[in-house]
Amino acid sequence: MKILVPVKRVIDYNVKIRVNAEGSAVDTNNVKMSMNPFDEIAVEEAVRMKEAGLAEEIIIVSIGDKGAQETIRTAFAMGGDRGFHIMTEHNAEPLTVAKILKDIVVKEGIELVILGKQAIDDDSNQTGQMLAAILDWPQGTFASKLEVNGKKIKVVREIDGGLETLEMSMPAVVTTDLRLNEPRYASLPNIMKAKRKEITELNIDELNIDTKNRLEILKVSEPAIREGGRKVEDVDELINMLKNEAGVI
Amino acid sequence: MAVLVIAESNGKAIDRGTLSAITAAKKIDNVIDLILFDESQEVLDFAKKINGLKKIICCKGALDGTLAENISPVIVNLSKNYSHILSSAGTFGKNIMPRISALCDSQQISDISEIISNDTFVRPIYAGNALATIKSSDDKKFITVRATAFQAADCEGGQAEKEEGPKIEQYEKTEFCGRELSQSDRPELTAAKIVVSGGRGMGSGENFSILDALADKLGAAVGASRAAVDAGYVPNDYQVGQTGKVVAPELYIAIGISGAIQHLAGMKDSKVIVAINKDEEAPIFQIADFGLVGDLFKIIPELTEKLD
Repeated sequence: MKILVPVKRVIDYNVKIRVNAEGSAVDTNNVKMSMNPFDEIAVEEAVRMKEAGLAEEIIIVSIGDKGAQETIRTAFAMGGDRGFHIMTEHNAEPLTVAKILKDIVVKEGIELVILGKQAIDDDSNQTGQMLAAILDWPQGTFASKLEVNGKKIKVVREIDGGLETLEMSMPAVVTTDLRLNEPRYASLPNIMKAKRKEITELNIDELNIDTKNRLEILKVSEPAIREGGRKVEDVDELINMLKNEAGVI
Repeated sequence: MAVLVIAESNGKAIDRGTLSAITAAKKIDNVIDLILFDESQEVLDFAKKINGLKKIICCKGALDGTLAENISPVIVNLSKNYSHILSSAGTFGKNIMPRISALCDSQQISDISEIISNDTFVRPIYAGNALATIKSSDDKKFITVRATAFQAADCEGGQAEKEEGPKIEQYEKTEFCGRELSQSDRPELTAAKIVVSGGRGMGSGENFSILDALADKLGAAVGASRAAVDAGYVPNDYQVGQTGKVVAPELYIAIGISGAIQHLAGMKDSKVIVAINKDEEAPIFQIADFGLVGDLFKIIPELTEKLD
């Protein structure tokens, strides 16, 4: 089985983000970038499947500017085998990303795609479901447990009220939730090996896909700042404040 | 053109998030239809009471688990009658809406918190640390709605007509095996007026019982930070945050929670925030209206006892 794992380069989750001076975007200049944490979980899951003898090859793909290659190398260091870098200077929307991924899935004969459930920059949570839709494949979203049995895959999904279990016939799309696994740290020898693995670079315009954005960002702004920081001395004062000042109990 | 709202229900009632989506729909158009994937009479009776709906489209057939694979084709078919298709942005809406949107070759707009016009919306990005105003050029708009940003629609005075909907066919390649839902007599987390949440400072799952006692006294729901869920103290559906549930109750009491950005994203729109933590430097205090520094194992029982 061949597994495809798409990875996105985003502002590191520990960075406090800033809106740029023009109010048109979040500032990414001179900011630490990393692999989207949910995608790390996706890479880890694929690598574990390969280690368990369930997969032969793990293909990594990233869409973005030059920096995306660094994110692909990170995935290689965790155990990815080879990669595609789809070069673009623009932010590709989830529907466009799904179309690009479909193209790779078909050309490479992919049987399982594992993606992060959302990227922590635009928080859209769409790409996996869209890819499953246009491939007419089953979708197992927000997975916290996966079990492959021959051509079937059992997915335990995190839903609002608890957990849900589905059994899907492969080929299929799975999106990862936080508790699926804990991604490994790459070892130094593996980081060195990752430098020699092959990345095929394609320009987004070569793909014959409609890549025009449908959503125009008119403005990006900071949310209203919450005025907090007031302290109370003890439980009695807290109860008094909640009753008499805030009136919430 | 009208607006179609996709209802989430549980055999008894319509989900609170769906009621918010209906309120959002009213800001777009005054003709709103609701589609139900639930054959229970109780749910239909509930839906009929909702104010402002024209039709309630009732589907039958392969409804187990309301699988995205099963219900998407039906909504794609119906979508020709509508300019906007809305659902709430809970796990139900997040799972189904992108599948429908992609089948209609439309770029979905996720988790909107404000409607500027029929094609322009505001949505939080970067865990709510920025707000993007976006304009959609797609003919048909597929939208998920942040429940806490819109009031629940009135459940009185509804005059909707019931309409038989299309039959739902089973998608051959996905089988629904079952659900394990958390059983609780407390209010649902996203609908509760008061939420009591615990973090890693709780120290163990057993210790959450002191939060339960406080929650029972206040009629509150119990939530948790990701740290507490990851440590195995409580199940995943307790999680409040960027990747868990977004809540905005009248009162949010954060106990033993340090206040990571990811957690704040899920609760910072609460009306009043109380933080109780032994570390006076914890970032949660910066956004709390009332902070109390001290040992939660002493404070919580005392607070529970002194509330009447």
